[in-house]
Amino acid sequence: MAVFSTNEFKSGLKVMLDNDPCSILENEFVKPGKGQAFNRVKLRNLKTGRVIERTFKSGDSLQGADVVEVEMQYLYNDGEHWHFMAVESFEQYSVGKEAVTDAAMWLKEQDICTVTLWNNAPLSVTPPNFVILRIVETDPGLRGDTSGGGGKPATLETGAVVRVPLFVQTNELIKVDTRKAEYLARVKDE
Amino acid sequence: MSNWQPTASIASLKARAKLLATLRAFFAAREVMEVETPQACRAGVTAPYLDNFTTHYTGPLAPEGLLLYLQTSPEYAMKRLLAAGSGCIYQLAKAFRNGEAGRWHNPEFTMLEWYRVGFTHHELMDEVDALVQQTLKTNPTKRMSYGGTFEYYLDIDPHHASVAELKKHAEQTGLPYPQSMSDHNKDEWLQLLMTHLIEPQLGFDNTPVFIDDFPASQASLAQVRKVNDYAVGERFELYVNGVELANGFHELTDASEQRQRFLADNAQRQQMGLPAVVIDEDLLAALASGLPACAGVALGFDRLFMLQQGFDDIAKAISFPLLRA
Repeated sequence: MAVFSTNEFKSGLKVMLDNDPCSILENEFVKPGKGQAFNRVKLRNLKTGRVIERTFKSGDSLQGADVVEVEMQYLYNDGEHWHFMAVESFEQYSVGKEAVTDAAMWLKEQDICTVTLWNNAPLSVTPPNFVILRIVETDPGLRGDTSGGGGKPATLETGAVVRVPLFVQTNELIKVDTRKAEYLARVKDE
Repeated sequence: MSNWQPTASIASLKARAKLLATLRAFFAAREVMEVETPQACRAGVTAPYLDNFTTHYTGPLAPEGLLLYLQTSPEYAMKRLLAAGSGCIYQLAKAFRNGEAGRWHNPEFTMLEWYRVGFTHHELMDEVDALVQQTLKTNPTKRMSYGGTFEYYLDIDPHHASVAELKKHAEQTGLPYPQSMSDHNKDEWLQLLMTHLIEPQLGFDNTPVFIDDFPASQASLAQVRKVNDYAVGERFELYVNGVELANGFHELTDASEQRQRFLADNAQRQQMGLPAVVIDEDLLAALASGLPACAGVALGFDRLFMLQQGFDDIAKAISFPLLRA
């Protein structure tokens, strides 16, 4: 894998730090007029999701990390693993809980997700930004209520719970923004 | 697609022109003469942490070609003018530093540099303060010594602390220092602590801060004097809103001492695997013929303008930064 010097650091670059793959978030050049130049770097550990700060002397370098993002279709869950298929290569991957984490509550069979691979092993799963899911349970709304204000929790078929307007009922399909876990609209059954 | 447009708005460029005019008026009122000196010179700066751009001239007068260094500041040529009897002078000059780009750095930038004959660095600090108060509408600048600053913010005596103690402090404060830091370069550790833990706190609440009496090892072209059992450089730095804005010296006038420092710089460059830089013999000859006692300061004009306008990116302050130049 390539080696990257501080001059090549930029947002989105994938590098190895303390044996973990990381993505660079910010790179700030700090230099006293008459002294050593430093780079203050913020990175996200792609395994834990934690944000780390590190300082490097300008000219230091890090190993690149073999991290790629691949479009994959979610196939099924076997009770222990989530199974995906790469859209282009048809290669199948099974992903454990530690990599799927919170994405699990949005995964609906056949949806296209982004799976991040490190050395070809799944590291994390990003669900589609928008998903259409069925409500399996919510309290019946009060009569005559309009869409403004209030709201109530609704459990979706994948297990996620979002707040929905009072008029939305069990068994209806809704569109949700997974990044904010936010109800967007009702969707007509086809 | 071509990014031909300037990164600074036309309104910003108008404000910039106005600030340049304000500075020229400031010096005209004080009878300080504006000068121009070459930006491409036959000698460069030896300081190990500055990297000159170089270029070559070929043609009449130098058919074999001539190595030229783009100046990191107009200091050496201005000192030659002082030695030639110019009296007090200032310059608004383009300066060039390879390897420096970021929110507060562009490799080509504008420097305001001026020299006051007969001034000590303390008298010059008063004048810098007047300039900053006028252009940034700040309160009078606070003054602290380098040692006092370290003691105040970090509870460390920088003049006596060992590398091990500085390192321990970095560890205790959770500062993730570079693995490549050398145990043999104390100044590097001081600079790490200064830039990461102290600088970001300096000069807020509309009250800039001067720091003076730097360790002699960071004196560069300043006079050195003894304080108790350690030596300090008569050098000052000005900080506004956590940003280093100016660096000044009570200027070293001793040619042989200056030569020793240039040679020591080149020795350090060699240790760091950097090319040696041609020493400015014209500057040394000028010092030998007699540089009048003076104090001088270099102030980053682009940063002054950024601070005045509240910009957080130098691209907003200059028309065409590196990748649009």
